[in-house]
Amino acid sequence: MRNALPVLSVVAAILVIWYLAAFWMNAAWVRDQAARADRHTGFAELVTETMTQDRPVVAAPHQVVMALWKGVFGHKITSKRSFVYHGWVTLEATLWGFALGIVIGVGLAVIIVHSRAVDMSVMPWAVISQTVPIVALAPMIVVLSNAVGIEGRLVPKAIISAYLSFFPVLVSMVSGLRAPHPMQLDLLKTYGASRTQVFWKLRLPSSLPYFFASLKVAIAASLIGAIVGELPTGAIDGLGARMLIGSQFGQPLIMWAALFAATILAGALILVVGVIQRAADRRMGVTR
Amino acid sequence: MTTDTVISTRDLSLTFQTNDGPVHALKDVSLDVEKGDFVSFIGPSGCGKTTFLRCMADLEHPTAGAITVNGASAEEARRARAYGYVFQASGLFPWRSIGGNIRLPLEIMGFDRAEQDARVKRVLELVDLGGFERKFPWQLSGGMQQRASIARALAFDADILLMDEPFGALDEIVRDHLNEQLLSLWERTEKTICFVTHSIPEAVYLSTRIVVMSPRPGRITDVIESPLPKERPLDIRDTPEFLEVAHRVREGLRGGHGDDD
Amino acid sequence: MTLVVLAIVIWLAAWYANVRLARSGAPAARYVVPIIFGLTLLVMWELIVRGLAVSPVILPTPTAIAARFAASLGTLWVDFVQTVLKGALSGYAMGCGAAVLAAIVIDRSPFLTRGLLPVGNFVAALPIVGVAPIMVMWFGFDWQSKAAVVVAMVFFPMLVNTVAGLKASDAMQRDLMRTYAASYGQTLLKLRLPAAMPFIFNGLKIATTLALIGAIVAEFFGSPTMGMGFRISTSVGQLAIDMVWAEIVVAALAGSAFYGGVTAIEKAVTFWHPSQRRRI
Repeated sequence: MRNALPVLSVVAAILVIWYLAAFWMNAAWVRDQAARADRHTGFAELVTETMTQDRPVVAAPHQVVMALWKGVFGHKITSKRSFVYHGWVTLEATLWGFALGIVIGVGLAVIIVHSRAVDMSVMPWAVISQTVPIVALAPMIVVLSNAVGIEGRLVPKAIISAYLSFFPVLVSMVSGLRAPHPMQLDLLKTYGASRTQVFWKLRLPSSLPYFFASLKVAIAASLIGAIVGELPTGAIDGLGARMLIGSQFGQPLIMWAALFAATILAGALILVVGVIQRAADRRMGVTR
Repeated sequence: MTTDTVISTRDLSLTFQTNDGPVHALKDVSLDVEKGDFVSFIGPSGCGKTTFLRCMADLEHPTAGAITVNGASAEEARRARAYGYVFQASGLFPWRSIGGNIRLPLEIMGFDRAEQDARVKRVLELVDLGGFERKFPWQLSGGMQQRASIARALAFDADILLMDEPFGALDEIVRDHLNEQLLSLWERTEKTICFVTHSIPEAVYLSTRIVVMSPRPGRITDVIESPLPKERPLDIRDTPEFLEVAHRVREGLRGGHGDDD
Repeated sequence: MTLVVLAIVIWLAAWYANVRLARSGAPAARYVVPIIFGLTLLVMWELIVRGLAVSPVILPTPTAIAARFAASLGTLWVDFVQTVLKGALSGYAMGCGAAVLAAIVIDRSPFLTRGLLPVGNFVAALPIVGVAPIMVMWFGFDWQSKAAVVVAMVFFPMLVNTVAGLKASDAMQRDLMRTYAASYGQTLLKLRLPAAMPFIFNGLKIATTLALIGAIVAEFFGSPTMGMGFRISTSVGQLAIDMVWAEIVVAALAGSAFYGGVTAIEKAVTFWHPSQRRRI
């Protein structure tokens, strides 16, 4: 915890800079308004007015907190204005995409490690898939899934999340399944073990630290995928949709609050996965 | 202490504070190293021999006692580039060629390009690596990498050479060969060498003086002046004189160990 | 239906060829096998879509897409310049440059490094893409807001990687520089920056994918009447799906070329690193 003081100082510094930025960027607008109403703004008034704008250029931290609070606690959970509802919509897609990404990543990795032909055909395309900006494919995926008869956006969003999260899992699992030392593989050969036995008794356990390490990257990527899936497709539910609507309908505070809600969601997910990872590492005897 | 004393320490002590309490890496170590000496430091793990060498190099700072190098403080000696240091691993920068690696200290110390070229050629010849200038470290064997590391330490003509188990990671045959080369290098250049090792035959073969150390706390238990002649072919290791010195060293080590739990 | 059967036959034949090639161990196989795989998928796409008479509004054939691509080169080029060159590349250069400089400054203070690394790691994992609407609000509709989104997206991953890279030189090499009484600047230029290059390039590669995503997403939030994001969203609305796919092809080509370019530079600069020397 010797990091606690430096981290807190950095966070405190960021807050200070944020407030200063809010003051500076909003001041021009406030002065404009005052000039139009033939009012003169003293410094104290300037400070308070820049921090309480309805449509600020830069929302002050306390404004964001208040908007977030209102969004989470100020509405019934089932209401369309509740951040809890929208957060759940995004979270649902994130988790399904995450699960799908894990299945694809692990499944492909197992095949790739056991078949040279699959390794050589698929791996290069897997890498290229990540250099294609998924966001360009997002509208396409929504159209395709709707055309096939799938209602709603959960499936396309989950697919986009899976697209982003399968790759880190795939790369880590391929490294992990290939991680056993040649000495250990030789040992199993002397026991006359079959390929399946080698897989279950050696490769899979060796790959678990790699797997859990990739999960943090994968869950973050999955959340980004869910939000990206909401943006270009005219979605009305979900945190990404809230951000979009906030910006399009001149409600910047909702936009900021939705962004921070997504941030908090991301942080919570990463924390949970981190805890799982540490527990798994301890069980598998990985020393940090 | 004579005017020929290059390194002098008086009651040098270094205590590390750790979570398990203080560790006395060095306690009251006093030693004088004269010009042209080849001094070996030998002892079990934790006896402080590497720490002692690092104090001479101003890479560690003693918590008590005094140390002077070339009549000045260790830090002044370091700033004056008074010594070359050879680590346990070659520490060559993989993105530079062998020539580039040897150039590294010369660039830092401000030698001009022509001077750099001349020195690189000279030291590579000295360690028998002439012609390897353009190769990269990973293209060389472990023994050759260590030789390059020694060449790098010789490039800027420091009078003192501090070597921390430089041959520890190499196999015996390569080690013998490098021992021979180091000895002939020492004869030709007349440098003062402080050499840390784990190996009794190596210490006896190379040195004019052998300092036996023991751990907890790190201290000197014996200083043996070697009666062996300066000219030493590898066969000298089978002579009775050699075995006698080795025996004395072994006794010194055992004695140090006897103080342990 | 015959077309679908033909597709399956071609799949089996290509698969057999790939298995033989993979076993042969010929060095050229590394390139030929994935190309055969990709081409086979394209051929199957064409045959199955035609065979099952899928509507072009749902999924056009590769040939239809190619035709649209050839017919729209002008528009595609304008979109490419707007999104990739003006938006993504400028943001990439500014963001990565700022991150490396910031990392060097931060590295001077161990206190700052310890405080910033956890915060930076956290921010790097966030959906920063969400600042897109804010950036459009601040910088307007044109490419500047896209570049701003890209800067926000690449800054923290690049910063975290560079800081990690600056820590990468091992203690022994730093001790060596101390024995030469090297100054901070000399140690930075001759040891720590070269040793940091593998990490810096790791960050640069990640940043290429983020840059394109950022530029395109930013366009969904407001854009002049050009740009890949703009074209995709309007084409979806007009059900001009072949145009959408043509833009996707441009995006794929741009993304792969960008990533490939950075990888090529990486190979040249970090030729000495074990990961570059090993034949995987």
